[in-house]
Amino acid sequence: MGLVMPNPGTIFWMLIIFGVVLFVLKKFAWKPILTALKEREDSIATALNSAEEAKKEVAGLKADNEKVIAEARREREAILKEAKELKDKIVAEAKDKAVEEAQKTIAQARQQIEAEKTAAISEIKKQVAELSVSIAEKVIRKELSNKGEQEKMVDGLIDDIKLN
Amino acid sequence: MLKLTKAVFIFFAFSLLSYGQLQAQHGHEEEKILATESHSEEIEAHASDAHAEEGFNAGEFVIDHVSDSYDWHITSFGDKHISIPLPIIVYSKQPELHDGQAFHVFMSSKFHHGHSAYKGFRIAESEEFKGKVVEMDAAGHEIGTPIDISITKTIAGILASVVILLWLVFATANLAKKNKGKAPTGVQNALEPIIFFIRDEVAKPAIGEHKYEKFMPFLLTLFFFILINNFMGLIPIPPFGANVTGNIGVTMVLALFTFAVTTINGNKHYWKEIYNPDVPWWLKFPIPLMPIVELSGVITKPFVLMVRLFANMMAGHLIVMVFVSLIFVFGSLFGPAVGLGASPISILFSVFILLLDVLVSFIQAYVFTLLSALYFGMATSEHH
Repeated sequence: MGLVMPNPGTIFWMLIIFGVVLFVLKKFAWKPILTALKEREDSIATALNSAEEAKKEVAGLKADNEKVIAEARREREAILKEAKELKDKIVAEAKDKAVEEAQKTIAQARQQIEAEKTAAISEIKKQVAELSVSIAEKVIRKELSNKGEQEKMVDGLIDDIKLN
Repeated sequence: MLKLTKAVFIFFAFSLLSYGQLQAQHGHEEEKILATESHSEEIEAHASDAHAEEGFNAGEFVIDHVSDSYDWHITSFGDKHISIPLPIIVYSKQPELHDGQAFHVFMSSKFHHGHSAYKGFRIAESEEFKGKVVEMDAAGHEIGTPIDISITKTIAGILASVVILLWLVFATANLAKKNKGKAPTGVQNALEPIIFFIRDEVAKPAIGEHKYEKFMPFLLTLFFFILINNFMGLIPIPPFGANVTGNIGVTMVLALFTFAVTTINGNKHYWKEIYNPDVPWWLKFPIPLMPIVELSGVITKPFVLMVRLFANMMAGHLIVMVFVSLIFVFGSLFGPAVGLGASPISILFSVFILLLDVLVSFIQAYVFTLLSALYFGMATSEHH
């Protein structure tokens, strides 16, 4: 048989065989294989994607956590600072108040002392006046025990009045 | 650039072809040299062929092994031939020559390896119909060939390869259904990388992301058919060893399928580029120079596919056979000792060429598929 001349019988059978094989494989074999391949590829792709997303999510959570921790720390510091300020304020206030109170008390005491002093002085003055009167009475009684003396006295008083 | 490459390739293929023919003719003219008894002792038992007793004819030997035949020759010992008979199916327009029947189906063993006639048919001895089944008139003259759709060696080889192909692909398909969404197992592991390769490296870049899916079954069938047949052609034991992809009828049908798919799927843009390409008007009128060039391109593309695969596979087989026959050429020229001495070198070269052919098998299957995909891509592309 000729080497370079196509043989009609070969072409005939080849057309039939290849046509049938192509049809059968296309219909019953390549379709399921290709769809299975595609499905698997898709599922792998989605799995990888979701893994990537999960990774991102975890990273996000971590960042969130850190943020929260940092915030908490900042808040704690703020609270501590505030508390310290409050304490200082309270202490200072208490100190001021105590000083004020003490001064008030001292002033009151001084006032009382003054009042008592005045009362005491006026009592003393009264006593002294009474004493002086009684002394003067006694002295006068003694001096005016004779008539002459009494007249002299009256004269003297009259003189004083005259002068006035 | 592509056109130039093609032209060079056609030229190259033709020179290869004519070389093969030249060799064949040369073989016929060669002086018949007496062969010695040592032939049957050689490793390549089938080399001691029918002509052993009358002399060794290297050209005939080589061509016999790469051409189609009506029976599947396994080996011969002296005059005893061992071969698988294949069915001969012929339809004659002259039933009066064949017991009054027009349609005949019988096994090729009825011909006794071309030595006898059967019901007015025989394997031609004349140069005109050499090797074909011919009809004989009452006087025993060969008057012509009947319509011949025999299951020849090539067809039997195709059938064997198709069985393997169907088994492989259906096994993969079943596993693919079973292992849905899971890791591949068994034969699936062997086929899937190739399928991925065809899809991602051939179909997608050549045809485009959106249209490739339609052509995948054809491309895959084409690739696996060619690959399996290329490999089977390298195994020298039946049911392998038939020179299927080195048969121009087979490659012609494959190229015709590519041509048909291209033509059927050709879109408006594709035909416009052929009949009214974007070139200066004087290239289209009054002589439609470019349309003629483009139309010839449409024919040339499948033709090149046909010739490339055929010539490559044929050449591979030819060279291996030539190296094997060298043993016997030396044997008959200088005596059995020289033939024996030459055999290690011959076998070494044969093995080297066979290994090269394994590579060529892959490359040719890939090239045929890739070029088919490129043609489909051209037929379906919307713009440059």
